[in-house]
Amino acid sequence: MSVEQLSPVAAPATTGAPAPRSRNGGRDGRWWIPWLFLAPAIILFALFKFIPMGNALVMSFQDVQPFLGNKWVGTGNYATMLASEGFHQAAWHTIVLAVGQTVGSMALGFALALLMEGQSRKLGFIRSAAFLPVVVPMAVVAELWRIMYHPTADGMINSIIGLVGLGPSGFINDPDASMASVIMTGIWRGAPYDMMIFMAGLAGVNRDLYEAATVDGASRWRRIVHVTLPGLRSVFTILFVLAAIRGLRVFTEVFLLTNGGPNGSTEVVMTLIYKLGLEQNRLGVGAAGAVLLFVATLVLTVFVYLLRRKENR
Amino acid sequence: MSETALGLKENATPAGRATKLVIYSLVLVVFAGPLLALLVSAFNHVSDPTQLSLVPTSPTLDNFTVAVDQGVLKYLLNSFLVVGFGLLLQVTVSVLASYALARKRFRFMSLVFVAILATLMLPEEILAIPLSIILADVPVIHVNLIGTLAGMIVPLGAWAFSILVMTEFMKDVPRELEEAARIDGAGELRIFAQIILPMCKPALGVIGVFGFTMIWDQYLLPLLVAQDSSSYTLPLALRTLRIDPIVTPGVVMAASLLALLPSVIVFLFFQRSFVHGLSSGALKG
Repeated sequence: MSVEQLSPVAAPATTGAPAPRSRNGGRDGRWWIPWLFLAPAIILFALFKFIPMGNALVMSFQDVQPFLGNKWVGTGNYATMLASEGFHQAAWHTIVLAVGQTVGSMALGFALALLMEGQSRKLGFIRSAAFLPVVVPMAVVAELWRIMYHPTADGMINSIIGLVGLGPSGFINDPDASMASVIMTGIWRGAPYDMMIFMAGLAGVNRDLYEAATVDGASRWRRIVHVTLPGLRSVFTILFVLAAIRGLRVFTEVFLLTNGGPNGSTEVVMTLIYKLGLEQNRLGVGAAGAVLLFVATLVLTVFVYLLRRKENR
Repeated sequence: MSETALGLKENATPAGRATKLVIYSLVLVVFAGPLLALLVSAFNHVSDPTQLSLVPTSPTLDNFTVAVDQGVLKYLLNSFLVVGFGLLLQVTVSVLASYALARKRFRFMSLVFVAILATLMLPEEILAIPLSIILADVPVIHVNLIGTLAGMIVPLGAWAFSILVMTEFMKDVPRELEEAARIDGAGELRIFAQIILPMCKPALGVIGVFGFTMIWDQYLLPLLVAQDSSSYTLPLALRTLRIDPIVTPGVVMAASLLALLPSVIVFLFFQRSFVHGLSSGALKG
């Protein structure tokens, strides 16, 4: 799906196509006008995006010692990071968490979108209510779920699953259940978002195809597999990339729910970087971790982009 | 009625209706239930996590009294200052940049646009450490913003999503209006402020609502900047409250309610802008 197709808001009523632009923005000799308008953005982006990114790169090759001066260590930080057991585990946890949250949110979001489609008037209330988790700050979500996950049998979720004979589980306090618990919280917050996007996508699927499929005697299931899913392919791709990127950089919910514990069972790359960089002051190693995370994000994005280009041909 | 993927009909058989009712109630319970529990617990005596419930058993306002004693109002004020000035800065910077990118043609324009867009792929989490170093000693002006609200506000000005949405929208404002004003002798600023900007209200709604929820949800940046509780925003303070042994879960829920209300209210009031923006929100990294 291209940027144009995703254009967020209906364009204002245009009276015909925009006239071609004149070369110098209307007037000759006033080339600096656009730069004047751009100046605040350029300054802020430079200060808070590009310089930090450059610094992260430089720091990742240095032993960073505030007040003592930095020492070049070549690829030493990367070697330390890549060789450390802690990083391997964190990387693996991050992948599990990203995949779990992404797949879970998309599957549930798609199912919800199918259920809510076409029933707009009556369901406005339910849809809005179901969407609320998305706009609740992550910090609140985490505090709320901490309480719901209370590990004794009379904790909220434990007493609910106790009704059907399950549990009690330690959830975020049990190394075997902690990762699944963090994923579940993520799905709870992510699924309604995916639902909204899927609903927008469903509205664009050609209705005639459904009718044709029905006339041909296709079952509901076959209709979804052969008409709906192909029609939503680009929506799936976009949601997947975004959710996967969001999953890779996950920080707040892990920091607040488990802070990597118990026993390191939920330590992800970002919480590891936070601990290395800000608690242990090993800024160079932390920066190397951040650059690795960035490369992973970039590779994923480029990979999916290339895959889609091949598909579209 | 138009066909849907599942072929659900608005007027189904009684059995179909019953199934639908069950499914929709389940959806409500799962997604809104926990928030309802939060709401109820904020107004209830909850001295232990196991007492979280959907039914108020001993209603009280004590949770809020304790929360206020713990300084929640100060944290809330900090949050409002950050979101207020942050959003103002973000929107101002974005509309100014978009005006140049959408309505002008100049050398290196596409380079600037691509560079800004590229930051969508640059998660702020990755920049966390170097950003905190920059904030401790801002280049050129050499100011230390660590421990100040300004340190949380200024970086918010660089948000590519708003620039993208605004630029796409401004491109579609008809040229004729601008030309006419120019012939009447209007200057650049007047054309921007009185011709182009008023045409962009829907897009302003989108970037305003998204900017608000994004800033209100910020965690890592305030965490890096705040040095002690005096500059905590409310989301940051929730953790400190929870760790404090004399603070009950009910108090944490009361503070949480204050922390979620602003973004929920903004969402409910500007739902249309929000939903419009979602599909393009799909573009932000």
